Amino acid sequence: MSPSVAELLLQRLERTPPGPEGGLCSLEAATALGLDHQTLVGAVKSLQALGEVIEAETRATTRWELSAEGEEVLRDGSPEVRLFHSVPSEGLPQSDAMKLPGAQVGFSKAMANKWLRLDKGAPGGPRIFRAVGAVQDVVQNSLRQVQDGNGDSLSERERTDLKRRKLLLEVGSWRKLPFKAYNFSALGLPPTCGHLHPLLKVRSQLRQIFLEMGFTEMPTDNFVESSFWNFDALFQPQQHPARDQHDTFFLQDPAEAPELPASYMARVKKVHSQGGYGSQGYKYEWKVEEARKNLLRTHTTSASARALYHLARQGKFTPVKYFSIDRVFRNESLDATHLAEFHQVEGVVADRGLTLGHLMGILQQFFTKLGISKLRFKPAYNPYTEPSMEIFSYHEGLKKWVEVGNSGVFRPELLLPMGLPESVSVIAWGLSLERPTMIKYGINNIRELVGHRVNLQMVYDNPLCRLDA
Amino acid sequence: FTADEEFNDLCFEFGLELDEVTSEKDIISKEKGEGKAEGASEAVLYKIDVPANRYDLLCLEGLVRGLQVFKERINLPRYEKIIPAEGEGQKLIITAETVKIRPHAVAAVLRNITFTKERYDSFIDLQEKLHQNICRLVRALVAIGTHDLDTIPGPFTFTAKAPSEIKFKPLNQSQEYTASQIMDLYRTDSHLRHYLHLIENKPRYPVIFDSNGVVLSMPPIINGDHSKISLKTRNVFIECTGTDMTKAKIVLDIIVAMFSEYCEKQFTVEAVEVIYPNGKTHIYPELAYRKEKVKPELINKKLGISETPSSLAKLLTRMCLSSHITGNGNSIEIEIPPTRADVIHACDIVEDAAIAYGYNNIQMVIPKTYTIANQLPLNKLTELLRMDLAAAGFTEALTFALCSTEDIADKLGMDISATNAVHIANPKTAEFQVARTTLLPGLLKTIAANRKMPLPLKLFEISDIVVKDLTKGKRSLLGILICSQKIQINIDFSLAFFTGSAFFPGRCAEIFARGQSVGKLGVLHPDVITKFELTMPCSALEINIEPFV
Repeated sequence: MSPSVAELLLQRLERTPPGPEGGLCSLEAATALGLDHQTLVGAVKSLQALGEVIEAETRATTRWELSAEGEEVLRDGSPEVRLFHSVPSEGLPQSDAMKLPGAQVGFSKAMANKWLRLDKGAPGGPRIFRAVGAVQDVVQNSLRQVQDGNGDSLSERERTDLKRRKLLLEVGSWRKLPFKAYNFSALGLPPTCGHLHPLLKVRSQLRQIFLEMGFTEMPTDNFVESSFWNFDALFQPQQHPARDQHDTFFLQDPAEAPELPASYMARVKKVHSQGGYGSQGYKYEWKVEEARKNLLRTHTTSASARALYHLARQGKFTPVKYFSIDRVFRNESLDATHLAEFHQVEGVVADRGLTLGHLMGILQQFFTKLGISKLRFKPAYNPYTEPSMEIFSYHEGLKKWVEVGNSGVFRPELLLPMGLPESVSVIAWGLSLERPTMIKYGINNIRELVGHRVNLQMVYDNPLCRLDA
Repeated sequence: FTADEEFNDLCFEFGLELDEVTSEKDIISKEKGEGKAEGASEAVLYKIDVPANRYDLLCLEGLVRGLQVFKERINLPRYEKIIPAEGEGQKLIITAETVKIRPHAVAAVLRNITFTKERYDSFIDLQEKLHQNICRLVRALVAIGTHDLDTIPGPFTFTAKAPSEIKFKPLNQSQEYTASQIMDLYRTDSHLRHYLHLIENKPRYPVIFDSNGVVLSMPPIINGDHSKISLKTRNVFIECTGTDMTKAKIVLDIIVAMFSEYCEKQFTVEAVEVIYPNGKTHIYPELAYRKEKVKPELINKKLGISETPSSLAKLLTRMCLSSHITGNGNSIEIEIPPTRADVIHACDIVEDAAIAYGYNNIQMVIPKTYTIANQLPLNKLTELLRMDLAAAGFTEALTFALCSTEDIADKLGMDISATNAVHIANPKTAEFQVARTTLLPGLLKTIAANRKMPLPLKLFEISDIVVKDLTKGKRSLLGILICSQKIQINIDFSLAFFTGSAFFPGRCAEIFARGQSVGKLGVLHPDVITKFELTMPCSALEINIEPFV
């Protein structure tokens, strides 16, 4: 890639001594680089915008240039000298002389210099005669001096004279003199490039971890879900606090889910209201209108329910490992670490004979790949898992145990109405994507990470996502 | 270990969260400033969070009892229902009028109880916690009323009357009011105003009164002052009314189980006869003990441990699930007390066994489940596109799926009805009105929030949008940048002229690929730029990537 103007300038500048004594003149640098001065000035300005790379000072200089007429005089001689040479020894009638080019100016000048004399009483009209033998073309010499860049050697009077005769033009120019302020070789020029979003970098790593462990990705491309799949199929009762509009975003339009699997729904209704499958049930009046209510999913566990139902319907049971990482929505109070939208990571294993010890084992494997190897488990409560465990890891910096995830064994009231065999156990766990990302990258306010108020500079500067290093 | 650390460990093991260690003095200091805290108690206070399904741990009495049984310091007390002799017990008559508004009621009596200030406070506190927790929907499901039995002669009647016919002195008021006046009286009360709507517009309000017509309570709003409990109260009449019978019974069981500890005959509860409109009667509280048989192998298998049957029985007993071995020693019979309504399946028993065993004593084993992983094709494509877009110099954004109707309609020169958007019910603010139908507003807002960044700004996002008539979302890709440069996409496409309102007329094209329209690109209309508070020209490209999967 060819170096930019800024880079070329910096290279030249590097060779000069630092501070105001050194530096370059922008005009000279432009000429030396074969660039238009304005282009160089542009590069200087953009380098200045970076701050603390260069300093630049504008200096005004005055130059003189020959006008078009001045060029003519330089070439052909001043009008007064030309006129002098046009006058023969016998003289020239004034009327004829005045017809010569440049005679107007030339005549008055030559007369003033006493190079010519005018005989008004000559026979045949006024007549011009040479008054001296030879003349020096001072004006032409002066112009030559200016052309050669020695305009300074002329006296102020001479220059003013030439200016008045419009042979000389004064050109003001603003020169920029860039000079080094700091050793900039330590800062590189940031190369133009694209960037991936920090949260999604962590997502990519987590996807990798699941794939390495043999987990298949579940479809989760539906933010809109029915209460049935989000709650009822998961054995979460209809009066549960989470089904409050304070916690869940219900939809106004479309308000209801169009179709739900009828016979499965009947079995779900029964296990909620009457029990069965070895359960007492919740013993309340289950309403289909509640189940139909559309919402923005509060967890991706609804996708897991769909996947397990699909698995149950395939006929012969085969063990599976599923995962998903996608967006969920909670209508709760918002603060520095909580938004209405966040991402949930979920892993599910369905097989015969899985135990709580297996859940702990696979969690150990999973979290080790995240760089967390010291785990402790605490009894917890979820409506859809029993036993349930909160997962804690030891934070070396804070010197305490912090919660890193939630997990459990799915309840039979959830699995059996789907038609999964009784010998099949399903273990699952989940965590948020935002929390480990904020911890890893030291971000305190979630709004700087997710949403339009993201700090783009943070995104530009964000390093590689290495979870286990 | 210090006492706090030991207690912390105990909570961890048992499944409680020790939220905070503080004192009354600390609390007052924080709320009102150190000056006001002078002289307040410095005795250590623990703030504990209990699992949402354990109503038996909601008061100090229950929590202490549970932990003491867990530590094998005491046996779980046996809660006994005493049925009074014929003609001596209390009766609660339910009339037909309640059916339409608040059909269920249960009641019980705590005899010869002794209250101290702490016990009294705890008693009131438990009712509040039960109201918040199990009773839900702010007292809709169940409301609890507790009364000084010595001030109110039975039998009691639970009925529903027109508001004008109900008149009484509400708790802590100085005069009598009619029911309609009471509605007005509490309209601004920060606590009670949330319950008014439960009965306000009904033709009849629920009310319980004694044999003299004195009102005990008007559930779910307020109790009467006449029968209020004091430290001197010796006999308590408890009534629970509501719309969910199961919950009403559980709530009653919990209250009497917890506070029967302070009756002269500890852990006994005097039953009340409830008479229904059809003449049938029922004795409450139920205080039922349920028996369940579980095979030891089941517990061992589900947990991955190998304990003897007697050892397992001991573990369960420590969890208030009194157990012993039956059959040929190959079965455990478990008695589930009325305070453990959360145990509804064998898996609940399995969890309790695990807690008593100690979760962290269970050996970790790696499952032998062999599977080959598959990526979801749409996500796989998304990841590939993300990489290439970043390589092409675009920066990835992550914007909200929820936004205002303005964001996806007015600001893009469209009418909201034409957007086919999904609308949220009762949005708290405009930011939560709809789900996005395009990624454009989010990216424009990102640029507006990062005005100070040097140009050009080249952003992209690949994420789902929501369209009303589809059952699932649509995966959209958006590339957007400032100071129009050419946008390069390496798929085969053809363009056709398009007039899209968000775009500059004549500078917009529809993109076709694989035989269908997949999106649009062009220069954004200056009106759009202005409405998103930007000043520089922007070009944008948005395509649906699903046809490319």
